[in-house]
Amino acid sequence: MKLDCKHVWEHISEYIDGTVDAKLREDIELHLEHCEICSAILDSTRNILILTADDRTFELPVGYSERLHERLKEEIEKSKH
Amino acid sequence: METNEAGLIARILAGEKELFHELIRPFERMVYLTLISILKNETEAEDAAQETVISAYRHLASFRGDAKFSTWLTTIAINEGRKRLRKAKGAAEESIEEQEEGHEGDFTPAPLTDWREIPLEALERKELREALRSAVAELPNIYRQVFILRDLEELNIEETAQALGINPGAVKVRLHRARMMLQKRLVPFLKTTAPARRGFFGRAL
Repeated sequence: MKLDCKHVWEHISEYIDGTVDAKLREDIELHLEHCEICSAILDSTRNILILTADDRTFELPVGYSERLHERLKEEIEKSKH
Repeated sequence: METNEAGLIARILAGEKELFHELIRPFERMVYLTLISILKNETEAEDAAQETVISAYRHLASFRGDAKFSTWLTTIAINEGRKRLRKAKGAAEESIEEQEEGHEGDFTPAPLTDWREIPLEALERKELREALRSAVAELPNIYRQVFILRDLEELNIEETAQALGINPGAVKVRLHRARMMLQKRLVPFLKTTAPARRGFFGRAL
């Protein structure tokens, strides 16, 4: 089956996650081969996911871990008595 | 569940309480990010993260090995976050928080033809990180929470569904919409901040 762009967009997320079935995957890949727009959408979405998973994008507050373990230490001490 | 994790939990419950520090360490980032996705305030999220970890410590005996420890912990964090939201904003806001995804809205991606040539360069730019952070913060709650659990904390679909108390189908729909909304938000940003990049890699324009 020949897919149109809109159909590809609807499945982009599942395609990235590898949860589309083999036939649909094949159709999508066939479409991507000749469609620059869909290829760019796929790549840009993937890039956003790479950027999201990069530890530098979402940072923890400075000293977060130290304060957390300090608080935990007090709690553990308390629970011993 | 990881054998090491199960072993640690058994030893903590048997009395080696200090080992809880070690058990929690790999997950402390995840706990904070879950809470910032719900509360959207750093101080509040950190405070809630501490409460979550203390609560996990106190209730460790009730943890059953049938779920992953990370999912169990995320569920505690989500409950803590929602409790605080309810307290801060009242019942009206909570009904928004729990809303179902409707069919209205445009969840199609933004077409572009020039970004895929510049991924590494673009990803190194600090402005893009900032744009992504604000775009994520501005997602509707139901989409943001699924996105954070799946794409930031890398829980799978089942684990995300379990942690949020929704079905796996809803996880897929919300994730797709969140990703498309972010794609759409970030594409114009790239175009307006990096016009000089057009053609940089020798593509005909």
